[in-house]
Amino acid sequence: MDYSQAYCECGNCSTCGKCDNKNDKMEKKNEKDTRSELNDAYSVAVPKMSGNGARLTYDGLTLYTMIIYSENFAGILNQITAVFTRRQVNIESLNVCASSTPGVHKYTITCYTTEDMAVMLTKQIEKKIDVLKADYFTDDEIFILEACLLKVNTTMMLENPDVSRIVRMHGARIVEVNPTYSIIEKKGMTEDILQLFERLNELGVVLQFVRSGRIAVTKSKVERLDLYLQERANEK
Amino acid sequence: MNEKISGAEAMMRALEHEGVEVLFGYPGGAIMPTYDALYDHRDTIHHVLVRHEQGAVHAAQGYARVSGKVGCCIVTSGPGAMNTITGVADAMIDSTPLVVICGQVGAAMLGTDAFQEVDVIGVTQPISKWNYQIRRAEDIAWAVSRAFYIARSGRPGPVVLDFAKNAQTGSVSYSPEDVNFIRSYKPVSIPSDEVVHQAARMINNSVKPFALVGQGVELGNAHTQLKQFLEKAQIPCGTTLLGLSAIPSDHPLNMGMLGMHGNLGPNVMTNQCDLLIAIGMRFDDRVTGNLQTYARQAKVIHFDIDPSEINKNVRADLAVVGDCRQTLAAVTERLDEARHDSWIAGFAPYAEKEAHKVIEPAIHPEQGPLLMGEVVRKVSEASHNKAILVTDVGQNQMFGCRYFKFTEGRSVVTSGGCGTMGFGLPAAIGATFGAPDRTVCMFCGDGGLQMTIQELGTIMEQGSPVKIILLNNNFLGNVRQWQYMFFNKRYSFTPMLNPDYEKICDGYGIPCRTVVERADLDEAIREMLDTDGPFLLQCAVKEEDNVLPMTPPGANVDEMLLEVE
Repeated sequence: MDYSQAYCECGNCSTCGKCDNKNDKMEKKNEKDTRSELNDAYSVAVPKMSGNGARLTYDGLTLYTMIIYSENFAGILNQITAVFTRRQVNIESLNVCASSTPGVHKYTITCYTTEDMAVMLTKQIEKKIDVLKADYFTDDEIFILEACLLKVNTTMMLENPDVSRIVRMHGARIVEVNPTYSIIEKKGMTEDILQLFERLNELGVVLQFVRSGRIAVTKSKVERLDLYLQERANEK
Repeated sequence: MNEKISGAEAMMRALEHEGVEVLFGYPGGAIMPTYDALYDHRDTIHHVLVRHEQGAVHAAQGYARVSGKVGCCIVTSGPGAMNTITGVADAMIDSTPLVVICGQVGAAMLGTDAFQEVDVIGVTQPISKWNYQIRRAEDIAWAVSRAFYIARSGRPGPVVLDFAKNAQTGSVSYSPEDVNFIRSYKPVSIPSDEVVHQAARMINNSVKPFALVGQGVELGNAHTQLKQFLEKAQIPCGTTLLGLSAIPSDHPLNMGMLGMHGNLGPNVMTNQCDLLIAIGMRFDDRVTGNLQTYARQAKVIHFDIDPSEINKNVRADLAVVGDCRQTLAAVTERLDEARHDSWIAGFAPYAEKEAHKVIEPAIHPEQGPLLMGEVVRKVSEASHNKAILVTDVGQNQMFGCRYFKFTEGRSVVTSGGCGTMGFGLPAAIGATFGAPDRTVCMFCGDGGLQMTIQELGTIMEQGSPVKIILLNNNFLGNVRQWQYMFFNKRYSFTPMLNPDYEKICDGYGIPCRTVVERADLDEAIREMLDTDGPFLLQCAVKEEDNVLPMTPPGANVDEMLLEVE
């Protein structure tokens, strides 16, 4: 790969965020080429996949994703996280945003725990007056997306061809390159993102790494929140 | 358009709209506008000036527990609000409906470390059923109505309203609101017919059913439904500490109190029944002892209004989530009439053993110093078992709850889940307002009394007819008992030098009498009950008495000690 092409100062492309030059096409092409390599990479994913291939486990605990809906009042996040604190369960990731229903907020929280504890946590969260619904899911029951940003040293990146190879292999994108640093962006699953980070970190190029909270939607054909709101509207 | 009134005045009208008749409180800077408005509502709202904010919140708890209404107290910001925290936590764990209104600095000063500003919302969040900061006068009607609705509905609990000063002084055109629906809050579920059928089936098929009766029955006013349920299928029951008066003490199916210092029969039989029917109780560790061995042989049906209680400590084979007044009635309808004579007779040997080894020596001693148990039983009998029992926490509480007898519902006011020393005296004041026609007997120790002794001032001012029975053993008795049993008799800071309580009562103008000799006890109790208004009866009881029987912490429920040595 010609690294000079990865560096764009036009101020108009997506690597610089403003133009549509050939760097974009190159990125897409690389993504396609490395798909098979990418799949192989899953076998060394961290944390490890458990027997049924659908649930992430760690130390005998399962990764659960809690999806919680609440009224848009101040202080609810505090109430929800306090339930985890009291039960001594660490939150792995957390995402809060407005949901598709006006006035309703959605919380996506992941944690490693047992099913019994997941039941207790969701019950105690749902008990909060302004929480509408709290459910827990395993990874086979939801569509998941996470994202990460990596800030790397441009000089070291240009000196070491492995960096670009790893970026391509993981289907990541270089979205900013300047003489000091470059920014790599990656969307995907937890283990893939972590692996990308670990591989780049081994090369000593990473200046900053940040991973987003998980976002998830259910695979279920039933929209539980809508049903709940409908049921409550009827009761009123 | 309505006339414009101040937020403070709107608060008064909103409280009146909720039917508040008694308000326990203490004024201070950030709540002064509200107190100013209260001055014009003295004919409809009786304000009880306590001597410390903790007294206000416990009094409101006592009021709520005996009346079934929402207890309400009002305090200032910062330290005033913080002094209510213990009571809020206590009301949360004991499911007591409470609204605590505390002043707060003006909205513009929030977060600036203003004088007497404390983040009350942050502090009370994990210990209240709901809390809300009223920052605008326009929110008052809605917030107050919502607060009372949340406090009293479903599983009751405390609500804290943080009332910013600018909302008190701001003007608003007030019109009352009636919140009785919150879409995110479903206070009561209705179990499906299938669940009700299955519960009835399980009970009908049971040979050795045993019911555990908790405060849920009192909170749901399901006393009649409980009796019908138990009587139809002849199901023996034990009660929790807070459920003691849910069924009369002398009911033939009432086998006594559960738990660490409960009766031998119900505790032992918990591990022998084939069906455990928990009604409005939460399997507290003081009831269950070691969970690993608790009722493992039995199927479990759990009646509760709070879904988060199901499977929390004890796994239920069937959960009947709903208001027990309705669910018990529904299940009773489908019950077969049954008798479990031999099963019920199985409790008797344990009752006899306990009576012989523990109860008789405790309530009918022939010599030696006065015992707490005999004082409690004598007071109970002298009031024809009709009085309200209020206790503090410790040995006085355990002896009180073991030996006081009940004929009416809502007759026990004690700090169960939280075990708050100092609860008794103020709670008893509240109880006299909540049930003005009943006798209120408050048992306390010399430790707990001194934690809130300043409320004698409130009693003096209000003339509250609290019968205070001080079981004075010059020890923090319960801790001493544990030190005796589990800490090699090392009495680390449990002996206590006491003041002259007669002089203290004299200062407050409260009649007082001290009993040392057994021969004087009956007459002294009679004098206390015949006295109009408050009375403090000090009993010089045995210094090193132990509450028995006892399931040591973490031991199996059927391994009760009948004696210590």
